[in-house]
Amino acid sequence: MSEAQNQQHPIGVYLKIWLLLFVLSTASYMVDYFQVQSYLRWSLIIVFMLLKAGLIVAVFMHLMWERLAFVYAILLPPLLILTFIGIGALEANYTFLTRSIFFFKGAQ
Amino acid sequence: MTHPVSTAPIHSPVLEPGMKGIVSDWSSDQQSFKTAPWGKTMMWIFLVSDTFIFSIFLISYMTVRMSTPEPWPNSTELFALTIGGNHIPLILIALMTFILITSSGTMALAVNYAYRKDRRTTFVLLMITALLGALFVGMQAFEWTKLITEEGIRPWGNPLGAAQFGSVFFMVTGFHGTHVSIGVILLVIFAIKVWRGDLEHQRPGFLTGRKGGYETIEIVGLYWHFVDLVWVFIFAFFYLW
Repeated sequence: MSEAQNQQHPIGVYLKIWLLLFVLSTASYMVDYFQVQSYLRWSLIIVFMLLKAGLIVAVFMHLMWERLAFVYAILLPPLLILTFIGIGALEANYTFLTRSIFFFKGAQ
Repeated sequence: MTHPVSTAPIHSPVLEPGMKGIVSDWSSDQQSFKTAPWGKTMMWIFLVSDTFIFSIFLISYMTVRMSTPEPWPNSTELFALTIGGNHIPLILIALMTFILITSSGTMALAVNYAYRKDRRTTFVLLMITALLGALFVGMQAFEWTKLITEEGIRPWGNPLGAAQFGSVFFMVTGFHGTHVSIGVILLVIFAIKVWRGDLEHQRPGFLTGRKGGYETIEIVGLYWHFVDLVWVFIFAFFYLW
């Protein structure tokens, strides 16, 4: 039968991840502070964001110590969001096109 | 092909690791999540549904920002502050980010000390977490006041450009701030429970009547870390992009 296991880990793990989160937050703020632009800006933002999110979910939320059956049940469904992002981007491009054509004088 | 045939009994107390464990957990009797208490499972399921809600907000933000021909307000300047005569871009949001990260760290430590049954330290850490959360909400109130009164930003428009900025800003940060506020209330309630020894002596809760236990601190922690997690995405996509 199931035995509820306590998530007890050494405090040093949390302190290291905490420090790492501070470093990553500072790094993402620096992207704005030094006004990095265009593709470098967007890729840096996403990399720092994903690293922070991964550390929080894996260590602070203890997901790396859970059973794999549990981990996949939590992490796989949100992947559907990627499909939704794609649909939203397609729709946005179409709306932008029609607005540009019909809302601006001089584009007749 | 010959597979080694398991001679273990059907109700084997030994849990298989890896991919084989996924198959055996999901195909087993009665329950699939062998080691997670049901309260934690329920919290995670709620958090997955909340993930979808915030994702829908951020996707609609992407859609309106991509589809507007109007200029989008510059968040670097909009959230800048002048501190001690120095003009620092986006500093308000950076400070809010650091406060939330700090509170996430104290929460992780609170969970750890709760399992050690160190009531005093757990209480202090939970209260620090709640205070940092309240500070975050306070700074958000400051941010909203500044944007409403000084910049004239409304949910239906603003003098800086695209009208969609106002609606997205108030909806996304408002919903997140509500989550933080609820989290602060939860933290204070559970700090008091820890202080009184309700969890240690397994006294039933006033709302659910369930036996108290220190795993509830971990479950409250999951919610609090999730609030921080959502802010990571809002910070990246709304403020930095």
